[in-house]
Amino acid sequence: MINMLILGSTYALLGIGLTLIFGIMRVVNFAHGELYAFGAYFVYFIAVLLGFNFFLSLLISIVAGGILGALIEVILLRPMRGADIDTTMLIMIGAMIVMQNTEQYIWGGVAKSVSTPFPEMPLVIGPFSVSWLRLFVFFAALALIAAAYFLINRTKLGKAMRATFQDRDTASLMGVNIQAIYMATFAIGSSLAAAAGALLGPVYVVSPQMGNIASLKAFAIVILGGLGSIGGATIGGFILAFAEEMGAGYVSSGYRDAMGFLLIIAVLLFKPTGLFARSERIG
Amino acid sequence: MKRFLPWIALLALTSVPMWLKDPYLLNAFVTTGIFIVAAMSLNLLLGYTGQLSLGHVAFFGIGAYTSALVSLGFDVELVGGFRVIHEPWPVWLGFIMAILVSGLCGYIVGKLSFRVRGAYFVIVTISFAEVVRLVALNWVELTQGPLALTSIPPMALGLPGLGYFEFFSKQSNFYLVLGVVALSYVIISRLVNSRIGRAMVALKENESLAVSVGIDVTRYLVLAAVVSAGIAGAAGSLYAHYLKIIDPDVFLFLYTVTMVIMVISGGKGTLAGPIVGGLIFGFIPVVARSFAAPEIQWILYGLFMILIVFVLPQGIVPAIEKWFGVGEEPGVPGAAAAKIQDAR
Repeated sequence: MINMLILGSTYALLGIGLTLIFGIMRVVNFAHGELYAFGAYFVYFIAVLLGFNFFLSLLISIVAGGILGALIEVILLRPMRGADIDTTMLIMIGAMIVMQNTEQYIWGGVAKSVSTPFPEMPLVIGPFSVSWLRLFVFFAALALIAAAYFLINRTKLGKAMRATFQDRDTASLMGVNIQAIYMATFAIGSSLAAAAGALLGPVYVVSPQMGNIASLKAFAIVILGGLGSIGGATIGGFILAFAEEMGAGYVSSGYRDAMGFLLIIAVLLFKPTGLFARSERIG
Repeated sequence: MKRFLPWIALLALTSVPMWLKDPYLLNAFVTTGIFIVAAMSLNLLLGYTGQLSLGHVAFFGIGAYTSALVSLGFDVELVGGFRVIHEPWPVWLGFIMAILVSGLCGYIVGKLSFRVRGAYFVIVTISFAEVVRLVALNWVELTQGPLALTSIPPMALGLPGLGYFEFFSKQSNFYLVLGVVALSYVIISRLVNSRIGRAMVALKENESLAVSVGIDVTRYLVLAAVVSAGIAGAAGSLYAHYLKIIDPDVFLFLYTVTMVIMVISGGKGTLAGPIVGGLIFGFIPVVARSFAAPEIQWILYGLFMILIVFVLPQGIVPAIEKWFGVGEEPGVPGAAAAKIQDAR
């Protein structure tokens, strides 16, 4: 149960990042999972190898994820503006292959674990016990989700992003700098993915393959929630976590990862607009 | 000149085992050939109907497992104590079954997934492939799971009056794969140059216009999916009987990516494209392995993929045709409409 909430909150972070990029830029970001893996490795690098404070490392890796995202946008996607969705998808698949193998080359195939400053003893409340680390991950993820909401709905940048989503040309005529919005969108989406990785990395282990499945799960979440819907992605994250726990518990643990794909197939066949999107909008 | 090019290429390739004796390179030719068959089948969907399927490896893997299981035999218990025992069949029947089962899966997946388009279609197809991979991994009784199916017999053909021939050596497999490549080429070229092919191209270029003149879009898409899946299944069968061992890794997403990049780099929607792209990407690892670690090879692979999309988005074959001025008629306005008229 607790496990489900933790997974759900980090899945929601992944999903929100992807839905922003997909909704505003119309780019199917196959490298999303690699940014998630990047976040996890960066925490490992800074906290374990350089010996920085754990919380500071989390913050640094979230920022680093954003910077990497901005670089990818400027180098790979900006020259391809206006290309069809398949073309950018292929570019992002290329980027995914490069990033994953770079991680494998630098860090090797062996999984790494990140140590944290939290006590080993779990927190016991009545019949429940939960480790301090997991509790922290859950609340940190919730705080980041809230921050993303605030950014989209309450700031000027968020307003410009929503305008771009609705009508790019009109937004541009109104003086919105579209290039800057795209870069910001990709950077924010990437930093959210990196945050999810940075938070889950210490809970599990960090390995080069972790990004693979994360990308596909992020797609599942976005489709569940409906394209471009941040609220939908949040709920979608929790639904996916719930479905996985149920699948692992009642069918077989080997089919845990299959649940997401079965959900995708079912949703797209019966309700292609997603479960929560009335129409395509963002916010 | 252009008409004879495929025959010249075929003749040149036929001579390869006569002068090439290095087993590693011959092996590279065989596996590349198998992936070329798979890429050709993907090209039918991606190049001619314009639907990007990123789950194509599912049909390849289903073909591989079907063929292996039919020729090895199996004994599984289904839900409710219902037991299925299958005695081993001759290998060539496994090959036929691989095509049929993959084609059937193509029919079902096509029927279901062509309700959605674009990014959604891509994601449904990936999901399908991942579900099949997880079934292959977890249904241990049938597939041996991660332990892999081993001692798969080599491809064999019984000819009346000529006895029984087993494709055991690399040379014989080379000719087998070359034969399948040639056969697939003929099937696909006949298909795309027929009325059906013109209908496919018409709906790629303007789907709503195609619908408005009465082309049953879903029917043609499903037909393309069935033929494409069947040919991919044949490639999978060749793969299983050549390697003699398969595990759930045949369903890896990277294999789909390999097929897609072969089609895109060669030129989607051209008959020669997947062959040219396949030879290039099939031999990149051969060249790169002399100086680079596997990870570096993959990094080069990814970079090359990005580069191709940036520099030659239409692919190599159309670029060469344009260079020599032998290309098909340029895309004049109204060409799509004319093709649609033609397809009616």
